[in-house]
This record gives sequence, structure tokens and C-alpha cells, in this order.
Amino acid sequence: MTATAIKVAAAGGAVRTRRGGRGRLSLRRQLVLQAIALGILATVVFPIIWVFSVSLDPLNRSRPEGLNLIPSNASLEAYGQVLRQPTNNPVSFAELAFNSVKIAVGTSLISVMIGVLAAYAFSRLRFSGRQVLMIVILGVLMLPAVATLTPLFVVLNKVQLTLPVLGLFNLRNSLLGVGLAIISGLLPFAIWNLKGYLDTIPKDLEEAAAVDGASTNQTFLRIILPLAVPALAVTGFLGFIGGWTEFYFSWMFLNKSSDQTLAMALYSMQGQFTNTPWSVFSAFAILFAVPPAIVYFFVQKYITSGLAVGAVKG
Amino acid sequence: MAASVTAKPAVQARSRGGVRSGGGPRGSRTAYLYLVPAFVVMGIITLYPLVFQVWMSFTNFGIGNLRATAPDVVGLKNYIEILSSELAIPNFSFVRLILYNIWWAISNVAIHVVLGVAIALLLNTKGLWFKRAYRALYIIPVVIPPIIVATVWRNMYDPDGGAVNLILAGLGGFLGNPADVFRIDWLRQVADPISFIPLPLAYFAMLVTNTWLGWPLNAVVATGALQSIPGELYEAAEMDGAGPWQRFKNVTLVYLRPAMIPYAIYGFVVTFNLFYLAYFMSGGGPFGRTELLVTQAYRLVNDQQLFGVGAAFAVIMFFILLTITLITNRLVKATQTVEDL
Repeated sequence: MTATAIKVAAAGGAVRTRRGGRGRLSLRRQLVLQAIALGILATVVFPIIWVFSVSLDPLNRSRPEGLNLIPSNASLEAYGQVLRQPTNNPVSFAELAFNSVKIAVGTSLISVMIGVLAAYAFSRLRFSGRQVLMIVILGVLMLPAVATLTPLFVVLNKVQLTLPVLGLFNLRNSLLGVGLAIISGLLPFAIWNLKGYLDTIPKDLEEAAAVDGASTNQTFLRIILPLAVPALAVTGFLGFIGGWTEFYFSWMFLNKSSDQTLAMALYSMQGQFTNTPWSVFSAFAILFAVPPAIVYFFVQKYITSGLAVGAVKG
Repeated sequence: MAASVTAKPAVQARSRGGVRSGGGPRGSRTAYLYLVPAFVVMGIITLYPLVFQVWMSFTNFGIGNLRATAPDVVGLKNYIEILSSELAIPNFSFVRLILYNIWWAISNVAIHVVLGVAIALLLNTKGLWFKRAYRALYIIPVVIPPIIVATVWRNMYDPDGGAVNLILAGLGGFLGNPADVFRIDWLRQVADPISFIPLPLAYFAMLVTNTWLGWPLNAVVATGALQSIPGELYEAAEMDGAGPWQRFKNVTLVYLRPAMIPYAIYGFVVTFNLFYLAYFMSGGGPFGRTELLVTQAYRLVNDQQLFGVGAAFAVIMFFILLTITLITNRLVKATQTVEDL
């Protein structure tokens, strides 16, 4: 993948130098194109600038007064409010974020760890029933997460125990249950995505290792796994984003306010009948979006380079 | 390189030795060991629930059947009620739902692809300043989680304090219109904006949002394809006397098509199932007219608690998506063979 990218870039460079000054733009053309490009840029960044400026409104202003980059009486009060207690529930931003992190890290780690084993088998080993099992995975991948909502709710709800310390425990009404529901869609995605990457790793190294008498397990652990690190990272990251912003399962499954996640809080803040000031909502949205956006910005080129053709279900 | 040279004879040696010929019992057993964790997990939390769902779809499973009592088997009643739009819930019309959902996906993807290609061409202009900066900044919408895009745009469309009305009021004031004219309720207005097109204003508002969200990745894909076009082709075409339009049609488009068609199909499926905008922005309104299959499915279970009906709805969705997948696979294959010729 990178090799071809370099080749293409090199070819492009060669063409450019060969053509020399012939491709120069006239100043007028340059200015017109710059105006168009800047106009597009304005539409792209406008919503983001707007959210930032609304988040600076003071708390006693329920809606923005106008389109000011820095509103009058600008303050960071809203951020303080979000960190202390963003919704009517007595939970802080950190507690909400911790619930989201638990779901996001748990689901993506388990899916990647189990997924890479299956992906290796599908990519490199021969066994009977291979095609049928791959079709099963593709069939599940085709379904949006909502399509498994009903049975997962009912099935997980059946698991109810009385635990010694915690009291009544219902698997559906717990972060663990939501995590399982997410893995049910994330695992097939991880298998398929990782298989796609393993298929692109040249077989030469493994063949050399086989000559030296390496077993399948050794080949997997010593050769495939280290080479697959970028794919593991990207698949894990996509899973993390999916878990961090997960809404459908958590909103329907979780009843306890201590189990609230960031996405649930965002939705309840925006309901028609709440009196959350827009500054608090905007500050919340920014704090919610910034961590994954920064990471995404840097891994983006790996994601769009064909490594992940499908996005996480949503 | 060195590794591949030394590995060549090894391949022959191994295949002659028949270590893995035809997947003997030993190879199979190792493979299954690698597959066991994934299929145990998927069996319990993916495949069993899906089978259970099919059974549920033939029952009147409701909130009262969650604990002890088993639901009654009602045969095809749920399916018939869904397909004939006779569900006892407000604003439900199956035909309208499907037609709107297909139109939603097609109209969005068409705009994404055209805009994406156009902007990629703009940024591919030789000698344009700040290309790299534009390319980096244009990708911003992609990195923001969709749930946040949807909720923020919903605020922007607010009739009172929303940015869209504020901008229009600013422009209108400039032209001497009173500010009160611009209190448009973008997401809830009942009357259709264009009398002869039966689509609510909320559709157009969400179309704008999804365009903002969707074109940048199309531009990335198109840029990749454009950069793979050898410059000599344009020179050759120019020498043959081809004008700008002919060069675009016979060189640029030929290279763009194999990259853009699979991506457009992928975009169609994603947009078809795009939950966040319809759920968080319009809430399916007005009168359920911007509801998609996914949001309707969610509402049946989450709001109405009609588990049996929800299960039947999911089974119907499975067949709709299967049809779409089979058709799109055909399309991809058809275009591939055209390219190969």
C-alpha cells in the first residue's frame, strides 16, 4: 500500500518537474480559484466556529444573541458547569466519560483480540466450511446495529441474578450488557477488516519461516502479529470511536443514572423540554468531540487508504 | 526483496512436500482453534439472538412477556400489519417509508459524488496555492462523531437562536427585510417548501447537513484516483487535438469511475442506514415523513415497546438490505468487467 503510494507520488513529482512552467496559473485564475476554495472552507468550518463561540456565552443566556465570534460577556463558565454537572443528574463529566471509556475500551480490545485470531484463520489457513463461515460474517455485517436491538434486549434481560454485595443484577441494565451488545456487531466487523489487511501482507516471510520449521502458531505470533500492528490499531480505534459515541443500546438498555454515558447525556441535554443553556450544550459537544477528533485527524490517512472500507456499524 | 528471492524455491519445495495440500486434518484443526473464540462469542451474542428474533417475529411479544409469561404465537400477523401499514402507531406508512428511504440515499450520494469530484478537481489544479492546507482542513467534518454533527446542526436550524436563521436575517436586513421574516422552523415546518415536490422542509435541511458531512471523503477518494492518472495521457490527448471537455471525458472520467463507483455504493448503504440525522434532527417529523427504516425500527422497540412487531420489522429490513447488497454487488461486478475490457 505505502509502496504504491510512494510510487504514485514519485511519478507525480516527475511529471510536474518535466512539465515545468507550462502549468502555471495566471494570477486572475489563481485568485478566482482561491476565492472558491476559501468559500468552501467557510462552509466547512462555520459550524465548528459557531459551536465554539456559543460555548463562550455566559450561563444566564439560554440562547445565543447573534452571530458574534466572541459573544458579549464571554466566559468559560459553561465549561466549568459541564465538568461539574452537565445534566440534571448528579453526575460529573468525568463520570460520564469514564462510563463511555469503559464501553469503548472493553469492546474494541475484545473485538480486536478475538477478531485477529479468526482473521488469521480466514486469511491464511485452509479448512472446510471456510466459505460458509465467511458468508455468515458478511451477512451479519450487512445488518445495521438496530436490527439486533430487539432480541439482544430480550435475551440479555433474561440474565438476572441476585449477587451477594451488589444486590439484584440485570445484565441488560448494565454497562457489561451494553458492551456485549456492541461486540455482537463489532466483532464481525473486526474480523472482516483485519482479514482484508492480512490478505495484503506478502506471504514470502511466512514461507521462509515455514522452511525454517516454524509452526502455525509461531508464524502467527512472530510474523503476522507484528506486521498487523497498524491494522490492529486502526480497527481498535474505529471500535473505540463507535463505543465512545454509542447511543442506541445504551439509551434503551440503561436505567441507572450512574450508568449514563456521554452520548446519552448529550441527547437528554438537547430534548425539547429541558432548560440547558446552549453554551453548556456546546461546551459539552466540544469536550465530547475533541479527543477522538484529534486522534482521527492523525490516523485518518490510514483509514481512507483502503484499510477500512467499511465504517463501524451505525 | 531479498526475502522474496530466497523464498521462491521454498514455495515449490513446500507444495511438493504437501505440508498443506488440500487442508489435511491437522491444518483444519489448527484453523478451528483460531476460530473457536470468535464463533463462540458470535454464536451466543450475535447468531442466537438473530435466530431468536425470527421466532419473536411470529409472536405478540410485548413488555409483559419479558419475565415469566410466554407470548402467543400469532403467525404472520406482524408481517401483514407492517406491510399493509396497519400498525396501531401514528404516521406509519410502509410504502412511504421505503420510497423516502431510497430517495434519501440516492439524492445524498449523487450530491456527495458530484461535489467531491468537483472539489478534488479544483484542488488538483496545478500551481494552486495552499493546496495542502485546504486538503487538511476540508477533512474536518469527517473527524467529528456523527451524533455531535446531528445535535449541533439541529441547534443551527433552531427557529429562534439558530445560526441559519441568524445568517438569513443578517443578509435580509442588508436588503431591507425585517428580521421577523426569518423565523423559519426548518426541521418541523409542516407545509412543503416546493408545492409540486412532496418532500418536507426537514428533508432539505438534513440534505444540507449530510452534504456538509459527506462530500469530503468523496473528495479524498477522487483525489487519490486523480493522482494516479499519468500526465502523459493528457499530453497525448492534447496532441491529438482533444479539447478540455474531451480530455475530461476520455481521460479523467475513465480513471475516476473505477474508484468512485464502489465508493458511491458504499456511501449509498451508509446513507440508507444513517440513523443519527433522522433521529436527532427531525425526529422523523413532520408526521413521520423523514423517518428511515432504522429510526422506525428503533422507535417500534424503544418508544412503543412492540417487541414482536420490532422483530418482524428487523426481518423485513434484512431482506431489503439483502436485495440492495445483491444488486450493488452486481453493479460493482458489471462495472469491473467493463473496465477490464
